[in-house]
Amino acid sequence: MPATPLIAYAHVGKSFDNGRVVAVEDVSLDVAEGEFLAVVGGSGSGKTTLLRLANRLIEADRGQIAVDGEDVSRIDPILLRRRIGYVFQSGGLFPHLTVADNIGITPKLLGWPQAEISVRADELLDLVRLDRAEHRERLPHELSGGQRQRVGVARALAAKPRIVLMDEPFGALDPLTRDALGDDYRTLHRELGLTTVMITHDMTEALLLADRVAVMRRGKLLALGTPAELAANTDAYVGELLRTPRRQAERLGALLPRDGAA
Amino acid sequence: MSDPRWSEALAHLPDYLGNHVRVSVAALALGLLISLPLAIVARNRPVLRGTLLGLASIVQTVPGLALLALFYPLLLALTALTAAWLGFSFSAFGFLPAVLALALYSMLPVLRNTITGLSGVDPAVLEAAKGVGMTPRQSLTMVELPLALPVMMAGIRTAAVWVIGTATLSTPIGQTSLGNYIFAGLQTQNWVFVLFGCFAAAVLALVVDQLLALIEKGLRNRSRGRTALGGLGIAALIAATLVPAIGRPQARYVVGAKTFTEQYVLSALMAQRLQAAGLPTTTRAGLGSNVIFDALAAGDIDVYVDYSGTLWANQFHHTDIRPRAELLSELTTTLAKQDITLFGELGFENAYALVMPKKRADQLGIHSIADLASRAATMSIAGDYEFFSRPEWAGIQKAYGLTFRTQRTMQPDFMYAAVASGEVDVIAGYTSDGLIAKYDLVTLADDRHAIPPYDAIVLLSPRRRDDEPLKAALRPLLGKIGIAAMREANLRASGNDASSSPDAVARWLWEMVGPR
Repeated sequence: MPATPLIAYAHVGKSFDNGRVVAVEDVSLDVAEGEFLAVVGGSGSGKTTLLRLANRLIEADRGQIAVDGEDVSRIDPILLRRRIGYVFQSGGLFPHLTVADNIGITPKLLGWPQAEISVRADELLDLVRLDRAEHRERLPHELSGGQRQRVGVARALAAKPRIVLMDEPFGALDPLTRDALGDDYRTLHRELGLTTVMITHDMTEALLLADRVAVMRRGKLLALGTPAELAANTDAYVGELLRTPRRQAERLGALLPRDGAA
Repeated sequence: MSDPRWSEALAHLPDYLGNHVRVSVAALALGLLISLPLAIVARNRPVLRGTLLGLASIVQTVPGLALLALFYPLLLALTALTAAWLGFSFSAFGFLPAVLALALYSMLPVLRNTITGLSGVDPAVLEAAKGVGMTPRQSLTMVELPLALPVMMAGIRTAAVWVIGTATLSTPIGQTSLGNYIFAGLQTQNWVFVLFGCFAAAVLALVVDQLLALIEKGLRNRSRGRTALGGLGIAALIAATLVPAIGRPQARYVVGAKTFTEQYVLSALMAQRLQAAGLPTTTRAGLGSNVIFDALAAGDIDVYVDYSGTLWANQFHHTDIRPRAELLSELTTTLAKQDITLFGELGFENAYALVMPKKRADQLGIHSIADLASRAATMSIAGDYEFFSRPEWAGIQKAYGLTFRTQRTMQPDFMYAAVASGEVDVIAGYTSDGLIAKYDLVTLADDRHAIPPYDAIVLLSPRRRDDEPLKAALRPLLGKIGIAAMREANLRASGNDASSSPDAVARWLWEMVGPR
């Protein structure tokens, strides 16, 4: 692991409603360059808040967050967000803009020339495996859920960010689409040398995609480690979270023996 | 279409339609200029939003006519202030009050729909706008406004239709509009005019609505062609209404008229005399009673006919009643203090009088108001819109101890038919009205002189005080129009055929009274 983490949380806290609801409490967490980190937790565990603190969609009350060694509170939040890709739950596409215009929005905000934006949109359509000619000029409501999420990923990558934050990106998709998209993204992550933080409530997805998994509960960071390290964790809640993927793996192993007919 | 009134109506169209479009477009533009920024500022501020919508709703509940009428004295007071403090004054008459009142009227639908449209934008989309790195302003212009546009445009279209409809009511405050057809038509029973005015206003509203719909579709589908076409249509409409205004020579003399038949005839007669003398003249007909005097004092109109008793009681708030000559000389002095010239009397009186069918009056043995007193408690009375709030009514009630079972207000032209048919028992009519003879009605004697004299008098604005050409043109009318001639003229004007237009009747009247 390199000396400076790309994203570093140090004793970060955030509460809402004048302190009545504590969303994140004293979390310290480093994300290394090139790492794929999944943050897992139930609803209300603070995982989404943790993610949004990184690009200042939410401002921290306590502690410090650094991106590429810089304290984010000293960076203009608008500029910070333009250099970090963000994939929203169920796309968050602008319904009045075409696929190409959705993808090109951050480059446009950054003042790229129109021709360059157009080329970039085509590149990204290829990258997320959508047919250029067919999808370029469509509006979001004319796409399937999976296609929308692919456009969402393309939009996050448009301005060539080093960091991508993903908020339950595949949660609303059917299992097949979800699997394909997850794999495709994992490939992009590796090939483009991205640093990714992904929020999910699905432990199986987290284990399959991420290098390391962080487990959040009631605003606190409960556990952090590789799948193997998590498996060794003795915490009851972590064990509970791991039970489902384990049982699924066992049942699938029994149902689909390797030496069976292909 | 062989009826010449159609062609007469058509001849007025460029002027009336042009003014109507100009005042509507100006009001709508001003309304949008105020409402849109207000709505945008208020969208995230619940208190401000509630206050604005509440105020706009209150404005909406004020009847259009009243709102328009209120702006006139308001601006009059304002122009007096600017004249005193800043050394300039502006016309509180016609265009300005109409635009302000209509702009205010247009605000509610625009405010409400803009706020609704903006607050209806999906929070997830707003979050995304922030997340991709938009500033609040970029989020507003690139995301929120485009998404709210269909709802906003619906509000703008509603406002446009309202403004165009309500602009017909700006006639009484001196703004020429398609309402001139309607007001004049109602007063002179010229249904061709009424229909023409309603139809023209409806067509205009529909056309503007459809052009706005075209712009909306263009903006929504990002089709430049459609947007441009709609914009072009609106621009063409405005341009078309400006052309006749530029081509027409500027009229120097403005003749005013209140909102009843006799006034339409007399203003037409005066305008004809001025034009015959080579003085370019225009008419502002259908002005409210309260507006017309101030308009004369301010020089917005140059000449009109008023009635001595009306000025005495309403304008100068006297409650005592003087003999004719004394009242006239007193008025002349009072008016002169405001630099207004009482040029002379026309020769007839148009007083209020209590009127009954002759037959019924004879049966009941009623010949004077005093005779009525004992029976009034079982009778109903009708008067025009202002009669029951006028001091004369209080005077009559006091002098004779009159209390009627019911009292109703009516459109003056319908009162006579109503009393003739027995729908009401007594009406407060006008002595010069031709319908008195037509329906075989009788005016009841006012033995106790509760009703002041109402000599028709010609008033000149301050700047026409020494205008000899004007005076020379109008002098032949003074003292020449007797009650019989005026009644006959009013009766002709209330007819429903081609020869009953105020212009035609004024020509007939001139033949009767003019020098041979």
